[in-house]
Amino acid sequence: MKLAIKRILFLVVVVGIWQLVVAMNVFPPVVLPGPLKVLEALYDGFASGSLLVALGASFKHLLIGLSLALLFGTILGVILGKSRQADETAGMYLIALQSIPSIVWVPLSLMLFGFTEFAVIFVVVLGGTFVMALNVRSAIQNVPPQLVKAARTMGTSGAELFYRVEIPASIPYYMTGVRLAWAFSWRALMAGELLSNGPGLGYSLQFASDFAKMDQVIGIIIIIGTIGAIVDQLVFSKLEKNVLKRWGLLNT
Amino acid sequence: MFLELKQVGKRYKDQQNQFEVFSDIDLSIEENQFVSILGPSGCGKSTLLSMIAGLENVTEGTILLEGEEISKPGSDRGMVFQEPSLFPWLNVKNNVLYPIKKQLPKQEAEERVKHFLKMVHLSKFTNHYTYELSGGMQQRVAIARALSMDPKVLLMDEPFGALDEQTRDLMQDELTKIWQKTNKTILFVTHSIHEAIKLSDRVIVMGIRPGRVIADIHVDLPRPRKRSNPDVVKLESQVMDLLKVEIDKVLKEEIDYEASN
Repeated sequence: MKLAIKRILFLVVVVGIWQLVVAMNVFPPVVLPGPLKVLEALYDGFASGSLLVALGASFKHLLIGLSLALLFGTILGVILGKSRQADETAGMYLIALQSIPSIVWVPLSLMLFGFTEFAVIFVVVLGGTFVMALNVRSAIQNVPPQLVKAARTMGTSGAELFYRVEIPASIPYYMTGVRLAWAFSWRALMAGELLSNGPGLGYSLQFASDFAKMDQVIGIIIIIGTIGAIVDQLVFSKLEKNVLKRWGLLNT
Repeated sequence: MFLELKQVGKRYKDQQNQFEVFSDIDLSIEENQFVSILGPSGCGKSTLLSMIAGLENVTEGTILLEGEEISKPGSDRGMVFQEPSLFPWLNVKNNVLYPIKKQLPKQEAEERVKHFLKMVHLSKFTNHYTYELSGGMQQRVAIARALSMDPKVLLMDEPFGALDEQTRDLMQDELTKIWQKTNKTILFVTHSIHEAIKLSDRVIVMGIRPGRVIADIHVDLPRPRKRSNPDVVKLESQVMDLLKVEIDKVLKEEIDYEASN
């Protein structure tokens, strides 16, 4: 409870400073609208349904893109984790690919697929796949050898060893991979949509910016941040923490 | 003979060097006996146990269990490691069930799990997960798990080495009871002289550089063997003298190496 109060207080202070800066007229009101103005824009956006449509479209892109990223990432990661040969050959390039910011893929994607939703999804897939693959690779490589040894003394081997021991043993790292893939995909989604022809939250942001509607711009930024925080805190962090606790990797 | 080691040796090779851990180990172990392998660290006692488990390949000689050569791990040999090595994603019951889940009909398997969890006094904890258990409890689960598959021989690799002294003492008493109840053949690796003498019918003492068997002692003392029992004390000091020679040898080598550099 005390934590909640601290956090709300902090937010109040930040909004207060924002209001103060607006009141002192540091920037013209067209460039930096006040908190109330932004709230109004948000209300209008939701009331007219335009923001809901954008949100729906964004979540659709994310869901499809992230699912594909998790799928491809898992397959790639398992191959690299299980085969030394594959890891030595391609592992380094995976790190290179992962270090490319996803916005860099946007021009290429637009050229390849035109101004379509698929182009956006493509960027989201690229954004999530590599980080997922890297984590799945670590997950497989970090299965405690002691557990594998113990399983072998109980007559487990081959494919059975993989699905009865190696897969469950790698779930903690796997969960970290899922959480990171989500975070990367979410960023990639915004980058992709910003340059797309809509619909989507990123597109709405660009659209509002083109018409100098800064209240909408700030409102959408707030939505993007809020969704990011909520999904991370309520879904992935919780999931990861539960897994880590069960696997005995968290000191409580 | 039940378990036979014939001229067993272990050698590791890398590009240039060969390293011999031990060689020419000849041992015959009778059924239902509690046998300890005792030795200073580095003598290869754990390696020898791993070879019997089938986890390490046998580079020289043969190991026979009831006349059959051992080449890979199998459920006829249960193993308990120094770390409990339980599966954290399974609860206590399912950990013990793990090795027999696919081998036995469901009801029979669950009966067996119940039986062995009762034997190690963990019936109350069937639904707990490993992170909720103490080290001693985890090790008891590991023992129940190894026993559940009804192995011909139970291999134990310093199973109580990571426990505090009081817990270790209790665990030793428990293990003696379990052994008397189940009549399993137990091969127990330890570096504690007291532990070996307290538990075993027979203590095999290994030396170092080269690794080899230096003594084979039959312990014919009535159980339970108290620490203060004069016969136990006498035997312990005998073994201590044996091992001191070996440990001094390593120490001298190290000192000589320092001196020559």
